[in-house]
Amino acid sequence: MKRLIVLLLIALTIVAFAQTFDRSKTVFVGGGMWSPPSNWSPFTPWNAVTGTIGLVYETLFLYDPLTGKFEPWLAESGSWISDSVFQIKLRNGLTWQDGKPLTIDDVLFTFEIAKKHTGINYSPIWNWLERIVKVDERTLNFVFSDPRYHEWGQNLISIAIIPKHVWEGKTQDEILQSANEKPLGSGSYFVETWDSDRNVFKKNPNWWGIKLLGLDPKPERVVVVRILSNNVAIGMLMKGELDWSNFFLPGIPTLRKAYGVHTWYESAPYMLPANTTGIFLNVNKYPLSIPEFRRAMAFAIDTSKIVDRAFERMVTASNPVGIMPIPGFIKYYPEEVAKQFGFKYDPAMANKILDELGFKDVNKDGFREDPNGRPFKLTIQCPYGWTDWMVSIQSIAEDLRKVGLNVEPIYPDASKYNDDLFAGRFDIILNNYPTGVSSTVWSYFNAVFYPAAAESEYSYSGNFGKYKNPEVTELLDQMNRTPLTNEEGIKKVVAKLSEILLKELPFIPLWYNGAWFQASDAVWKAWPSEKNPYAWPISWGGHWQLGGIKVLFGIKSE
Amino acid sequence: MVGGVKIIKGVKILQKYLTRKIVVYLLTFFFAVTIDWAIPRFMPGNPINVLVSRFAALPESIKVMQSYFTQAFGLDRPLLEQYTSFWKALFRGDLGISIYLYPQPVLKVILEALPYTIAVLLPAIFVSFMVGNRLGAFVARKKRLDNTALPIFYTLTASPYFWFGILLAWFFGVVLKWFPIAGAYSYLLRRSFSWTFIKSFLYHWILPFSSLVLVMLGGWAIGMRNMIIYELEANYSRYLESCGASQKLIRKYSYRNAILPQVTGLAIQLGTAVAGTLTTEIVFSYPGIGYILMQGILNQDYFLIQGCFLFIVIGVLLANFIVDLFYLILDPRIRKTYTGEV
Repeated sequence: MKRLIVLLLIALTIVAFAQTFDRSKTVFVGGGMWSPPSNWSPFTPWNAVTGTIGLVYETLFLYDPLTGKFEPWLAESGSWISDSVFQIKLRNGLTWQDGKPLTIDDVLFTFEIAKKHTGINYSPIWNWLERIVKVDERTLNFVFSDPRYHEWGQNLISIAIIPKHVWEGKTQDEILQSANEKPLGSGSYFVETWDSDRNVFKKNPNWWGIKLLGLDPKPERVVVVRILSNNVAIGMLMKGELDWSNFFLPGIPTLRKAYGVHTWYESAPYMLPANTTGIFLNVNKYPLSIPEFRRAMAFAIDTSKIVDRAFERMVTASNPVGIMPIPGFIKYYPEEVAKQFGFKYDPAMANKILDELGFKDVNKDGFREDPNGRPFKLTIQCPYGWTDWMVSIQSIAEDLRKVGLNVEPIYPDASKYNDDLFAGRFDIILNNYPTGVSSTVWSYFNAVFYPAAAESEYSYSGNFGKYKNPEVTELLDQMNRTPLTNEEGIKKVVAKLSEILLKELPFIPLWYNGAWFQASDAVWKAWPSEKNPYAWPISWGGHWQLGGIKVLFGIKSE
Repeated sequence: MVGGVKIIKGVKILQKYLTRKIVVYLLTFFFAVTIDWAIPRFMPGNPINVLVSRFAALPESIKVMQSYFTQAFGLDRPLLEQYTSFWKALFRGDLGISIYLYPQPVLKVILEALPYTIAVLLPAIFVSFMVGNRLGAFVARKKRLDNTALPIFYTLTASPYFWFGILLAWFFGVVLKWFPIAGAYSYLLRRSFSWTFIKSFLYHWILPFSSLVLVMLGGWAIGMRNMIIYELEANYSRYLESCGASQKLIRKYSYRNAILPQVTGLAIQLGTAVAGTLTTEIVFSYPGIGYILMQGILNQDYFLIQGCFLFIVIGVLLANFIVDLFYLILDPRIRKTYTGEV
């Protein structure tokens, strides 16, 4: 008995006092982390904890999709001083989280390291970047052999500047195979702790931006929580235990009315657009290989039904070209071309085109046969379990059957789906991976037409139906090499590309998948919204640089 | 003296029995692990594809990643070489690097997640086993009690756990607000050895734990009830009854006989249950190995799948081995066969 008491006493003394985070200074964020935290490396952004780039590591520029403008971040300014030279000026007084100054050498190192180690994801820029010249202690000139203005813009907002004193002297494998569990960046937050179901970022009180930008991150801690189901996310939002949610949640009108859940718009569609979702068609498979046949399909699909049924009006139908209604994109929208070559839901038109092509129901089974009288069957696919998409492809198949095309929806597992997608092994496939928000509308057309896809076994970057057209390749190159300031020039290329897209339709844009965002006012207020549009409210990986970080400057707690 | 010889002989037979068992277990282990290695590789698709699909980047960057990681994971080598290096690594205790949770070692991933699974699952299995069997034995052959309890047991086992879990979480978590609905402990805490943490952990643990107990309880209870009824019909019970033994005594004997198949069931469940908390994890957003295994499969993470199944294989074999030993104690017939007393 005595022994037991002694043991208990010892246990009691070992037990430490736990620190509980102050709820009023902690923001709970969900929807951007689906797996247990596994790495914080700026070199493997594909599965680094969301916020690794944006909160811990920072980029030279931010890009705000709400305004369509680049915003200098680590850089004080940046511009093309000639056709082939981009000059950046670094801010004065930048520091790393360990107190050491962030200098021009760190920026130089970040780029040079990818020249040395070709496994680093941004190393291909050295195919078109010739050299970097250090002009003075705050100025760098990037001299390009082949200036790709649009790609460069994307690189400016996605390459994380890394500290030379940490990464110098490491081998390629050490760099790429490191979990980087103690990331040292320049950002407003550092990683404090993590567990299988959460990652805790703590405010960096010495962040350079407080002084240089006058911006103050409000939350003392940002806890990214891993939530595995929508039910839990909804429950937590209702209880006020999840402040900032980027899940696809059904029943938004009810959540708004009964629980005061905050969304971007007060009425439908409630959400901002995040990408263009549509169907890629296998252009090497008969009869999908006939452009007019693909056009008939476009006329046959009723997107408004999908918007209503699958998404409860949380998304909007796409324009025929598929250019998202965000300022940086929509300013290039070719009205005339769209009017002339565009399509809209018109089954009569679809029937007419198919009749003219000679696709008729000869054997009276309810489906059209090809001009030689042979029956054919097509499948349309999306991953199993993506319920909104499953409903969508059912609706599409239904519409296509109405005009006499025998189309059947199939739902393989996500991994099989991905493999089929990348290898081009499908008839019709619903997808939106490469068509997301970016700093340039070039990325959209490059995704739709990605020229290398036609020749290679796998394509990861779009044009999954392997459409081939040398003219498109040329136009894409031309656009990539048209300075962003030459808006007229870009507009002309966009018009030409749009015309080809609408005539050929290797991809039929259908709707804009949403930038899902719901917030609770329980602890934090002043969330961004249509009326107070200070930040793109998304916490997914790669979106902190688009505005996620600015949300943290704008919200307030009592 | 004669007894002593018998025991020595018995020990020898026992040794033989155990050696044979162990050899069989080792062989099973070898084949199970080989299948475990092979199956993920026969899945259609390519893990690196899944990996790059999660990365929206410039096309050129994606190409670089694709080739680097295919090489880094050795997926470009011949299959036989991959197989032999897998065994070599296994003997070093190296289960490889997870692709889905790159670059964490698979062993670390599993050891991080397993404690949560075990903390919920083991107590739930044992509590439901104990309580379920007792309840089942208690209600058997008691008309009124049986008539009311049986439907409840059936409802519990038959109700889809997913639905049941959501209902529990919703009612106790959101409506009554008695319990939290997500996380292993408060999101306002860090893991530490402190009362605040332990309390928070238990508070978050109750709902997943009790939901599992409730659904598992019914199965054990029904099984036990049926077994007891069967045993009460057996000749020895009849004989005891006709000798005038008390009901209590007869039931005691029936229970000892009825528990045997239940223990076998327990062994099977213990082994496979490692991955069986998937639904609990999803419904309560609770960490654990089930969801990781599922993601491993969906992401074709060969190494993670292998690692998880390795643990399951070991779990099943160990549990069965223990039960084999346990039977010696529990079932005098087996014990006496091997000690040569019968």
